[in-house]
Formats: sequence, C-alpha cells, structure tokens
Amino acid sequence: MGSVQTTSSDIPMIELQRLNKWYGEFHVLRDIDLTVRKGERIVICGPSGSGKSTMIRCINHLEEHQAGDVIVNGITMTRDVKRVEQIRRHVGMVFQHFNLFPHLSVLDNCCLSPVWVKKTPRKKAVDTAMMYLERVKIADQAHKYPGQLSGGQQQRVAIARSLCMHPDVMLFDEPTSALDPEMIKEVLDVMIELAEEGMTMLCVTHEMGFARTVADRVIFMDEGQIIEENDPETFFNHPRSPRTRAFLGQILGH
Amino acid sequence: MLRPFDSLPRRGRGPLWRDPAARALVFQVLLLIGLASVIGLLVHNTLQNLDARGINTGFDFLDNRAGFSISQTLISYDGNSTYGRTFVIGLLNTLLVSALGIVAATIIGFTVGIARLSPNYLLAKLATVYVELFRNIPLLLQILFWYIAVIRSMPSPRQSLSLGDMVFLNGRGLFVPAPEPQTGFWFSVAALLAGSVAAMLMARHNRQRQSRTGRRLPMGWIIPALVLGLPVMVFLVSGSPLQWDVPALKGFNFSGGLTVLPELLALWIALSIYTAAFIAEIVRSGIQSVPKGQTEAARALSLPPRLTMNQVIIPQAMRVIIPQMTSQYLNLIKNSSLATAIGYPDLVAVFAGTTLNQVGQSVEIMAMTMAVYLVLSLLVSLLMNIYNARTALRER
Amino acid sequence: MATSFFRESLISPRKPPVSRQGLRGWLHENLFSGPVNSLVTLLVGALAIYALVPVIEWALIKAQWVGDSRADCSGDGACWVYIETRLGSLIYGFYPEAQRWRVDIVFVLFVVLGIWLMVPAVPGKKVAALVGLLVFPVVAFFLLSGGFGLEHVPTRRWGGLMLTLVIASVGIVGSLPLGIVLALGRRSSMPLVRGVCVVFIEFWRGVPLITVLFMASVMFPLFVPEDFNIDKLLRALVGIMLFWSAYMAEVVRSGLQAIPSGQGEAGAALGLGYWQRMGLVVLPQALKLVIPGIVNTFIALFKDTTLVLIIGLFDFLALIKAGTSDSSWLGFAIEGFVFAALVYWIFCFGMSRYSQFIERRLYRGH
Repeated sequence: MGSVQTTSSDIPMIELQRLNKWYGEFHVLRDIDLTVRKGERIVICGPSGSGKSTMIRCINHLEEHQAGDVIVNGITMTRDVKRVEQIRRHVGMVFQHFNLFPHLSVLDNCCLSPVWVKKTPRKKAVDTAMMYLERVKIADQAHKYPGQLSGGQQQRVAIARSLCMHPDVMLFDEPTSALDPEMIKEVLDVMIELAEEGMTMLCVTHEMGFARTVADRVIFMDEGQIIEENDPETFFNHPRSPRTRAFLGQILGH
Repeated sequence: MLRPFDSLPRRGRGPLWRDPAARALVFQVLLLIGLASVIGLLVHNTLQNLDARGINTGFDFLDNRAGFSISQTLISYDGNSTYGRTFVIGLLNTLLVSALGIVAATIIGFTVGIARLSPNYLLAKLATVYVELFRNIPLLLQILFWYIAVIRSMPSPRQSLSLGDMVFLNGRGLFVPAPEPQTGFWFSVAALLAGSVAAMLMARHNRQRQSRTGRRLPMGWIIPALVLGLPVMVFLVSGSPLQWDVPALKGFNFSGGLTVLPELLALWIALSIYTAAFIAEIVRSGIQSVPKGQTEAARALSLPPRLTMNQVIIPQAMRVIIPQMTSQYLNLIKNSSLATAIGYPDLVAVFAGTTLNQVGQSVEIMAMTMAVYLVLSLLVSLLMNIYNARTALRER
Repeated sequence: MATSFFRESLISPRKPPVSRQGLRGWLHENLFSGPVNSLVTLLVGALAIYALVPVIEWALIKAQWVGDSRADCSGDGACWVYIETRLGSLIYGFYPEAQRWRVDIVFVLFVVLGIWLMVPAVPGKKVAALVGLLVFPVVAFFLLSGGFGLEHVPTRRWGGLMLTLVIASVGIVGSLPLGIVLALGRRSSMPLVRGVCVVFIEFWRGVPLITVLFMASVMFPLFVPEDFNIDKLLRALVGIMLFWSAYMAEVVRSGLQAIPSGQGEAGAALGLGYWQRMGLVVLPQALKLVIPGIVNTFIALFKDTTLVLIIGLFDFLALIKAGTSDSSWLGFAIEGFVFAALVYWIFCFGMSRYSQFIERRLYRGH
C-alpha cells in the first residue's frame, strides 16, 4: 500500500460544533468540535462505547443530537424531514453489517434510491450502477441476491450502492469489523481506491494499516469526547495522551 | 501377534434382532397390523350398529327431499329441495360469513397492528389493550355476547336505530337498501372493467416512461380516477340507472331492502374482532422482524419514510406476515362453524346438525362435513407452499 | 494541513437539557412530539374518556353489589347481585351441595400443584410433573366422582367452572404426551410411522373442533359394541385430547427441529439408544425451548373448552348462557357475559404473561 496524495482543500464539508448527545441520562457525546474539509480522509478510532459510531451517525441524522450544530455542505441539520433528506443525499454511508436489502438483487439495491429519490431514468441508473459495480469488481454478480454473496462481496456492493447517489462525503462505520480476515483486504482495497480519487471520507475503523496509508488525520475518541487528533505519522509514533498510548498498545499488540 | 477383534465376528451384521433395519421393519409391520385391526374393528362395530338401528348407508339420501326451511339461502331453496341442496346452502353460508370476516378482520387487524407501532404512546397502548382484551376471551363467549346481549337485546323494529332513514338496526337484524340495477347499468359495469384495464396499461406505460425519462406520472391520482372516476361518470351520464330498494317499516317488521340476519351480524362482528386481534399481532411482529439496519440503510440513502415503508419494510415484512395470515384465515373459516351455537345456518348447523338429525347417517354426513374443511385446509397449505417457495429469500 | 489537537483534561458528563428529562421530556417525546402526534393524542384521549367513563360508571359506581333478588336491581348500573346469587352453580354446576367440599379440595390441590410447577424458585419440578401427570388425576378423579366410601356423583351433575377446569386439565395432561409421541413419529426414519403421524396430525388440524365434538357425540357410539355405553363427558374429553395433541405435536416438532443434529449424534456416540437419546438429550432441550408455544396451545385449549356447550355439557359459559333465559332474571345478559369474560380473561392473560416471563428467562439463559 503506497501513501495516498493529499488533495484536501479549505472548503469545509462537515462541521460539528460543540455537539452533545445523551441517551436518557447518559452523556454519550461531549462537546465534539470537528471540521472536515473537502477531500480530507479522516480515521476515527477508540475503544468500544467511546461514541465514535454515534458521532458519525449524527452527521446523517441517524442519531439525533440535543445540543450543538451539525453543518453539512453549508446546510445546518434540523429535525425538518426535507432538510434531513437533502443532507443525506450528499452523505453516503457504509455500515458494519452491510444492511443490503435482501429482497432486491444487487443491481436493484444500487438503483433503488437513484430511481425513486433522484428520479433518474432507470436505464441511466442501471448504467451508473453497473459502472460502480465494475469499480468494486463485482459487476458479474449484479443479478444475484445479497444472501448469495460473501460478506466481503456484500460490503463492496454496499459501497457501490452508496456511490450511486454521487455523494460528496462517505461515512464508514466499522466497515470491516463483521468480515472474516481474508475478506478484509478486498474491502480496504476498494476504500483506498476511493481515497485516491479524492473522496471525502470519515472512517470509524481499527484497521491501523489503512489509517497510516490513507488518513490525513487520525482522531482518537474515548468517553464521548475527542482526546487526540493528529496526522498519522505523529499520531502513531508520538501519541501524547496516555489513553491513546494504552489503546494503541492494545490494538497494535505491543 | 495381537488380534484384539477376535471375539467379534469378522463379517455379517450380528444377530437379526440387533439389526436396526430389521427392527424398523418388524416395528412397522406390527404397526400396520395393529392399525388395520383397530380400523377393522371400528368398521365392523359401526356396520353392526347401523344394521341394528336400521340406518341406511351410502349417499343416496342426498337426493331425498329435505323438507325443512333455512333462514338464509344464497341460492334458491324451498322445502322440496334435496339434502344435497342443503349441503350446498350450508357451504355457501359458511363461505359468505368467512369472506365477510376475512375482509373485516384484515382491515381491523392491519390498523391495530400498525397502531401498536405508533410513536404515539396513547394510540399504541390502546391498540395493545385491544389485542390483549379480545384474544384472551373465548370466541364463543364473544359470539354469544354480540348475539344475546347486544343484537337480540336491541329495540323492536319500531324503535330501531337508523342511519339517515336508509339503514336500520334492530333486534331482527340489520336492514340496508338493496341495489336494483335498471337497464343501462351494464354500461357502468363495462366502464369499471375498461377503467381497470386502462389502469393496468397505464401502470405499465409508467414503468417504461420512468425507464426512459426518470419521471413518473402521479399514479396515486390516475389509478383511482380510471378505476372509480370513469365508471361513476358513465353512471351519471347514463342517467343513474340504479335504484335503491330502501327498507321500510310495514306492520311489525321491515320489508324491502337487504336483511342481514342477527345471527350473521353477531357472528361476523365476533369473528372479525377476534381474528383481528391475532392479525394485529402478526402484522406487528412481521414489521418488527425487519432488522433496524434496513431502515437505517434506507434513510442513509435518503429514502423518505413512505418510500422506506413501501420499498424496503413492507416487502420484507410481507414474507413473514402472509403465511401466518393465511393460517389465521383458515382458523377463521374453521371458527365460523361456531355459528351452530347461535343458529346461523352454516355448513355444520344445517348439514351436520339438522340434516344429520333427520337422516341419522352420521358417518357419511360427518365425513362430508369434515372433508370440506380438510380440502380447504389442504388447498390453502398447497398455495402457501407455492408462495413460500416463490418468495423465499435467495441465499447461499 | 492536518490540525493537531490534544485534550489535557477530560470533560465530565453533564445532565441532559431539561426538556429531555422527567415527565415533561416523556410527554413531549411520546405524546406531543409534533402536530400530528398531538392531534392523535387528543383524539384518542377523548375517545378513551368518552368510552371508559360510562363503562366504569356502569360497572362500578352505579352498580348494585348487595341484595338477594331481582328487586334489588333497579338502578342504571350493573346488577352484580345476579352473579352473586348464582355463584354457587357457576362454580360447581349441579354438584350436590353437601359434597362440594370435595371439589374444594381438588381446587386447592390444583392451585398448589400449579404453583409448584410454575414458580421457578420452587424446587422439585420433576417430582411435581410426575405428581401432576400420574397422582393428581387419579386423586382428583376419585374425589370428584366418588368411590372409597365417597358418594358417587355422576358426570352429568358436574358443571360450571369446575367442569371447565376438568376439561382443560385433562386436555392439557392428555394432549402433551400424545403430542410428543406424534412429533417424534413425524420425524421418524420409518416411512410408515412417519406417514401415519403426518396423516393423523394433518387430519385433526384441518377440521374444526366442533365437528370433532359432534363426531364424539354422534359417531363414537357407533364405533363401540352396542351395549357398551361410554360417558358423554369422557367422549368429549377423548375428542378434545386427540384434537389438541395434533397442535401440540407441531409445537414440539418445531422445538425438535431447533435442536442441532449434533446433539443426537453426540448421544449416539456415547452409546445411547433411540429412546435414551430422545428422553435424556434431545427432548429435555426441545421442550424447554417450546414452553411458550406449549403455553399458547394451553391458552387456545382453555378458550375452546367453551365449545362443549354446543354438545350439551354444562361448562361455565353454558351456565352463563342458560342464565340469560332465566325468566325471573331477564335482562341481565350483559352482566353474565362480562363476568364470564373477566374470568376467562384472567386465566388466559395470566397464562400468556407467564409464557412471556418464561420466554424472557429462556432468552437470558442462552
């Protein structure tokens, strides 16, 4: 894996400002401040329960925050359904458990949203879907159903499905955690390729090799807050917080 | 040299009684002999008993004159009709109340089941109360309640409850206006057919149009306009060729219009309410069986809630719901036989009841009655198997 | 480009904003989160009040609770006197009054046994099950029917809630073992055994219980030698048992299917024979798994005991129904049915809650 060229600009894509969230009485996200610029690749890591998934799920309103602001592409998130849908069109998301629609073929999974939401002519939607399926090297399976594919193949379809909406930013919520080891690489390769093309990406992942190669910034979260944030070189070689050090020690096995 | 296995025979299968295949064979032969002798004994006893009581055998009685009257007949019937005809009348009455019950139970059940999932606490609780109340009270009790305590206790025809002087409800039943088609009404029927065909063609055209241009016609308006609007327009243009025979009070009872017997009404209400409680549970659990991740994925793809429901949740929930619903429909059909407790003339009441009492050929009559339900059950499970095979999710 | 950031001191958790807390937060979230939600709340609330107030008024506030004749009930409320005056017959049917203590003993035994079997904390479930299946039915039979110096009370004098419970208990105790045998048979490798079980199960599941009871009352006498007279109640009980055993078999079968085949194979590897394998390894696991399904079948069976009124047995509901045509108490049908509904509902709802409780316990256990 060679290092990926940084292509990020100054245009802010996502801004989280003093974001706070509670589950009942439990304070899950505490004063999160984060700006993601266009073209930037960010990897978020941290122990389980640290709020990293919750944070990226606030960006497309799968979780509702209670205080602070989420601004995507200049649009401030509110509870207004139309506005939420408008924001979601710019934000693709890949889930840990793929969440493909089992009753639709791979191709229909990819075409569903372009056809119904973007009103793309189906023929054109199919062409776009085939192009992206080609890119994730799974075009030959287009007419199969998700249940007939392996985990790695399903996750690649899920990535293609998100790309079909031409998002400006992609969120990855532990995309390789549910995969068998031999399938992790095929998914990471697709993600690296995507990064090379300049896609803005936010990845929650424990794949530190991926973080070293691809990330512009690595963020470490614990107890619902951002503890440390740095370029991968500094982050991995000179972590400042003892918590970061402990975490890296565990995950890298030294 | 050690030969540890010397004590066991080298080949062969050991003694016969230790061979599982031989044991299975013997056991099955014994079972067959046992079954055959029990059935033989029963048949022997039955024949002897029938002979001793002077009861005929065979199905000749079906051609004999029945000579009793039936309170609700969907096809022509009088005292001179045969027992074969009473069988058909009973069967039709069973099918009538079942069909009415299935429609009402489905509507109520879906409404209540979806209400149980409402974010509104009060509505969800109300739906839960409905389900827990009605499914935990015996159906027969509910039938008797509606029949004896509600409908038969209604005021006499003179004081009936009425709806706009068109529909009347009293202790003798429900009286509704009956449609009487005049000449020219068939144009409206033809328009309904034409509208439906046109709607289907439009739907196909719409798919093609979407494929080419990405735009959809507002089918939510077009389909009702074609299926309902067209016939209504034809109906009005052709001079409303339909008259209503409105029931009117004559003497002590209503005449004219359509009469829904109190027995039918009570049975229909009870069957619908009872079965709806079970259907509501099926609908709720079916929708909840779709993993949360599916909704999240649809939302992440910016599908609005209605589309998420129609394109993602419902197609998956239906696979769970439909087979269970069908078994509820079968239960409803079987439960409609409780009609006999309040005297609604269903198959069991007129055939296994009155006819059996008159003819006495219980073996033939019970066999025919049970066969009807068995055939219905087998038919439905056959259809269900086909459905399941066709909609099964394809997996590795 | 990369910003560097490091937090020296952690942010400690804070309380959520006020609107998310307590009663106000709850009301907002569940009842008034938007205009549609608020409208639904108001509509449903109004409907509930509109329907509930008269019912409560009728059943409790304006109701007549004490008295001993029809004349005591003149108000608008429910006449519970009507129920009180016939409570004895509703519970015991036509059982001779001097002998009712025998029924009471059976009731007490029944309750004790029920608690022993159903409360997880009480030890000795296997003993309880054996007592329930073998000892209790015999004791109860002699107490109710007579013998050993007790006066004989023929079954035609049995009735009311007592008869309902007798039918339900016999149905439950009889259909479960038969259902287990049928379920094993349906999964047997012997084609004839499998075929017989499939036909048997599908036959009973395909016909309504009413026709089974009709069969028991009109056809059963034809099956036996002429001078052989079998009690009407017993005939109905046999029909009910056969009918429900088919449903029970399907529930048990679903449990058997859920047990991995490795379990049976492991048993075979240990040298266990078929019955040992089933009885010691497979069935205990399978039955535990389907307790909720078994209880649900019990509930259905309990509700359907009411059908015996159609063939002329006087169970609890039959006596309530007979009361509606009692000429000295006309016009109290609603009270009768509401009371009956309440009794059946308590039994059925209690059982379904119990089944959910067991399900949760099982779920935790895995």
